[in-house]
Formats: sequence, C-alpha cells, structure tokens
Amino acid sequence: MKYSGAEIIVHLLEKKGIDTIAGIPGSANLPLYRALHDSKIKHVLARHEQGAGFIAQGMARSTGKAAVCFATSGPGATNLLTAIADAKLDSVPVVAFTGQVATSLIGTDAFQEIDTYGLTIPITKHNFLVRSAAELLDVIPEAFRIAETGRPGPVVIDVPKDVQQQVCEFGQWPGFHEPTKPQVIEKQLIDKIAQAIHYAVKPVIMFGAGIIESGSCQLLRLLAEKNNIPLTSTMRGLGAISPEHPLYVGMIGMHGTKYANRITEEADLILALGLRFDDRATGKVSEFCRNAQIIHVDIDKAEINKIKPAFMSVNADLHDFLSLLIPSVDKKERREWLDECYETKDALPYVVAPLNGDVFHPLRIIDEVAASIPADSIITTDVGQHQMWVAMKYPITSPRTFLTSGGLGTMGFGVPTAIGAALANPGKKVVAFSGDGSFMMNMQELATIADEKPNMAILLFNNGTLGLVRQQQELFFDKKYIGSKFKSTPDFAGIAKCFGLKSIDLEKVSDPLGALHEALQLNEPVFINVPVNADENVFPMVPPGAANKVMID
Amino acid sequence: MKQKNHTVIELIVNNHPGVMSHITGLFSRRGYNLEGILCGAIGQGATSVMFLLVRKNEQYQQVLLQLNKLNDVIELKEREDYDHTVFNRIGDLF
Ligand SMILES: Cc1ncc(C[n+]2csc(CCOP(=O)(O)OP(=O)(O)O)c2C)c(N)n1
Repeated sequence: MKYSGAEIIVHLLEKKGIDTIAGIPGSANLPLYRALHDSKIKHVLARHEQGAGFIAQGMARSTGKAAVCFATSGPGATNLLTAIADAKLDSVPVVAFTGQVATSLIGTDAFQEIDTYGLTIPITKHNFLVRSAAELLDVIPEAFRIAETGRPGPVVIDVPKDVQQQVCEFGQWPGFHEPTKPQVIEKQLIDKIAQAIHYAVKPVIMFGAGIIESGSCQLLRLLAEKNNIPLTSTMRGLGAISPEHPLYVGMIGMHGTKYANRITEEADLILALGLRFDDRATGKVSEFCRNAQIIHVDIDKAEINKIKPAFMSVNADLHDFLSLLIPSVDKKERREWLDECYETKDALPYVVAPLNGDVFHPLRIIDEVAASIPADSIITTDVGQHQMWVAMKYPITSPRTFLTSGGLGTMGFGVPTAIGAALANPGKKVVAFSGDGSFMMNMQELATIADEKPNMAILLFNNGTLGLVRQQQELFFDKKYIGSKFKSTPDFAGIAKCFGLKSIDLEKVSDPLGALHEALQLNEPVFINVPVNADENVFPMVPPGAANKVMID
Repeated sequence: MKQKNHTVIELIVNNHPGVMSHITGLFSRRGYNLEGILCGAIGQGATSVMFLLVRKNEQYQQVLLQLNKLNDVIELKEREDYDHTVFNRIGDLF
C-alpha cells in the first residue's frame, strides 16, 4: 500500500471511529485538509482554534471517548494552547493535530514556525513531533491509547507539512490498542479497607470525576447504601449520583454546601474516590479533615500522598476497586451518624432563590431552566459566579451531563464546549450558562452555531461585570473596584441575532419566564439574555485560603 | 565527595530530541531540585540512559511517581549505590 502521511492520518482517524473534527485550516495543515476532503469525517469549521479545542472537549467530556481537533502551525497552535491546558487539568482525552513547517525549515524561524512540541510539553499528557510518514502508523494508535488509558488527558501530534505529503509504503494498517487496565488489587488490602469502614463511626465518601471516568456511578451508590455512608462530591464529580439521594449531602469546597463541609469536617474516615484534593475542594489543606483517616483510591499513583497523606491507598481503576470492595463491606445502619448528618443538614438550610423577589435571580432562573428541559440534558458553564450558582443549584442527575472547567477555570469554555456536546449527542438538549465576561472570550463561535445549528441554548447571565472578580473585590479587597465593571455593554441578543440565531432578551418581554420556557422548547440554537443584578454575590463561600469550616454568607 | 541526602535516579528513556525537555521540564514546573544530570545513548541508539542526581527530601517520592508517568520513561531505578565521582569529575572538563 502507498499512502501519504495526511492520508494515513485521516484513514486511521476513520478507523478509530472519529466522525467529527473541529478545526481551522492554514498553510501548514493543508495537505491534511486535502485528505480530509475525501473522507466521510465531518469537519466543523470553528472561528478560533481555542473554539475548536473546546468543541473537541465537548465531544470528549460528554462521551468519554477521545475527540480530535486540527490547527495549523504557529498562531493556529498557540491559539489552541488554552483548550489543551484546560483538558490537561481536567483529564480530558483530546487528540490535537497541529501542522508544522516542513522538516527542513524547523529551527530557522520560518514563516509561522513555533515550537509546538516545546510549548505543549507541560500541558499535555504526552506529545509527538512526527519525523516521517511511517512514524504515524505507530504514533496515532499510541496517541489514542495514551489519551484514553488510565487517567485520560490531551495528546498533541505535531506533523510537519512535508511529513503530511511524504508517501509511505507499508504492508498493513496498524490496529488500535484497547486501553490497558492497570494493576491487580490485593484482596488483603480490600479486607483492611472494609474493616476500617466497619470500625469507623463517622465515615464519609468524597468522590470526584474518577467515579464518572471509570463508569462506577452505580457501584458508588451501592457501596454508600450498603454501609449507609454519606456522600459528598467535588465539582467535577457532579452527576455521579442523584442530588435527591438521601445519603448525598451535596458538593464540598469553596462554594459547596455548608452541611457538606461541616459533615466532612466531622468525619473520622474519608473514603476519597477518584479525586486529587484540589484546594478549591479542600480549603486550607492543613486544616482539612484533621481528625479523619483518609483512604485514597485513584488511578493516578502520583495523586496519592501528593496533597493529603493517605492512611491507606489503592492505585487502581475505581470500577475494579468498588467491585471488590462492595461484597467485603458489611451492611450497617449507622443511625446515630446519619441522624447527626440530617440534623446538620436541617440546621444549615441550602441556598434558595428569594421567593417573591427578583424573577431574574440566577438561582430562580436555574430552577426554571431545570423544570423546563429533560433531566438528561447536558449543561455547560463558563467561569464565574454563574458557574458557581449552576454547580450549587442545578440538579445534575446523570454522569457526563455537567461540563465545566474545573481545574483551569477557563472563561470562554462554555459555548464551544456546548457545541461539541450537542454535535456528539444529537438527541439531547444542551444548555450553556454563561456570563457576559466569559461569553465575550469565545463569542465568535456563534458563527459556528449558525453553521451547524446544534440543539442548544445559550443563557447569558448578564450583570455588566466580571461578577466573581467584583465579589472578591467587595469582600476581600476593601470594596476597591478596579477592572471588574464594564464601561460599555453590548446588546448581546442583538449580536446573536446578527449572527443569524434566534434570540430573546428577557428584559424586553412582558412575560419573561413564559418566554424562557418557550425558547427552551425550540429544537434549534437560541440565545437568551437574562438581566442579572450586578450586586448579587454567590454565598455561602469559603474565603480563599481559609479552612472549609469558615464559610461566610 | 559523596553528598549527604543525595541519590541518583537512573532512567532508561526513548532517545529522541524532545526527551530531555520532558525530563527537565518536569523538574522545573513542579519545583523539584535537580542537582546533576548525565545522559547518553545506549544499545542501538533507540534508548538513552539518564542519571539524575537529586536530593532526597520530602518531594522525592513525588519526583519518582511523576517521572514514572512520563511516556518516554521506559524504566526507573533508584541507585543508592551510585558512583558519585562521575558527577564530581565534570569539574575536570573545565
Ligand atoms: C481566561 C480567564 N481570564 C480571567 C479569569 C479570571 N476570572 C475568573 S471569574 C471572572 C469573571 C467572570 O465574569 P463573567 O463571565 O461575566 O461571569 P460572572 O462572574 O459575572 O457570572 C474572571 C475575570 C479566568 N477565570 N479566565
């Protein structure tokens, strides 16, 4: 067989089952686009490479499978960096192909040459600079294996233009490796953990996205129910268990529930499953759960003992771990501990929208949206107050339906990620909650929405400010506001309309909630502007650097 | 002179131009100390061996775990028995 490097890439992507690729062409990846032209793979033309990166993330986060984006060399690659870094911090399997100048020009400061390999070392799980077309036969299956195995993560494959054009003769197509499963778990260790759970008086399960990644949501629930252990989630674990579950006490951390933080502090045993003790979840680390023994289970060995020393630990796939643990754990009532938890819960009521107040209160609007769309709809957020309100209030009931930038906290994440999620889940409704600051960081993707017409709604919580920054200035920087209020505010609904989308401004209609419900029933893209009071703060919160027990409201 | 609290990590790595950046980049971005480094191709040249001279402090276990995660690291050994003179002899080259 004889194929060019570009043809090899496209053929192998087809073979891998990739059906949609987001990207932007340019000089250094035109051979790749030439090959893509003849493929059945659908190309989604983003309007900025960061948008393409987040569209790929939306596909990957909502399906759990690796997704692909394309960018050209130089500025194409640098524009992609933020989306790649975001994927690294939240362990999302994205495989990005970047064009590079021809091999003979590398190192000469050629037109649109940038050291993509060097730039992406610290923000990828692994990266490749491909030196011949033949290498692609190994590199591509290996890249997907790396992206999807163990703790997932982004991989960059930098392909010089001449390598894309080089013709290579070879005997047969390589296969794709099944993601490799890690180590066996010692039965003895399982017994010890079961025993520790048995003897614990106040155990708490704290779980993160690892539960979702490993497909262990059912097992998590079974474990909790068998031994009656209260559960708390990190922000990225939301969706692993129904928020209605009687044992669930809500999200932990800076904007978690007061009772989740309080109950976790009370615990004598923390079963930490698939999480990395991020400081937004733990608060001041040295103060976090000082009286508890920690049993840490994670697929990434380097996370164990990195932040919190573990009393016992297991480096394993959570599905394997829980399958072994559940039969070994005994049934328990735990009446006293659960009563204490319920008392704490009742004494510290959860945030609710003010009842006969502002119809546009974000918590109120979030409730209205949740009541209006199917429970399995996919929710994305940008970054800021609106993100915290959604994380606190939106009833996320199933895994992979809450897509938010947790680790990097990237403004501009929400809209393109929603596009990717909608493209990968044509049967589902997707709603992107955004803020006016974040929205403007990737609003060029409205054009991509106009092209693709995904079934998605953008809900803009428009407060004329960088709300979360304003809140921090109010609370912790002497109310000295700088750079947090916009001097001018565009007519966002008008802008969306000019891009060719349906749009409404709830400020300008007589029955805003009725209009909101109606707009959410459309099976086409719609933009909804929600006027939000600029003075609103997200409470309760743990002040940055403080312990989780110091929640203010 | 053999320095107290130091040890050597021996790595077998894939031999390509970017591998050194992967190793040293890990040390710089995670704020680990790297006191010395010796490297050379072995066998047919597809792999290299690297000797990293590091301090054995509270970060040491994390250093090992993070190095192990790098895709280009094929094998990692802790070499308590290292011949420290190789690092001292670097001075002779000046
Ligand atoms: C790319 C990027 N730049 C800056 C920040 C810092 N930052 C965090 S929240 C925030 C304000 C977000 O404003 P907006 O999107 O309007 O949301 P709101 O807080 O008003 O709901 C800023 C500037 C960030 N997270 N990401």
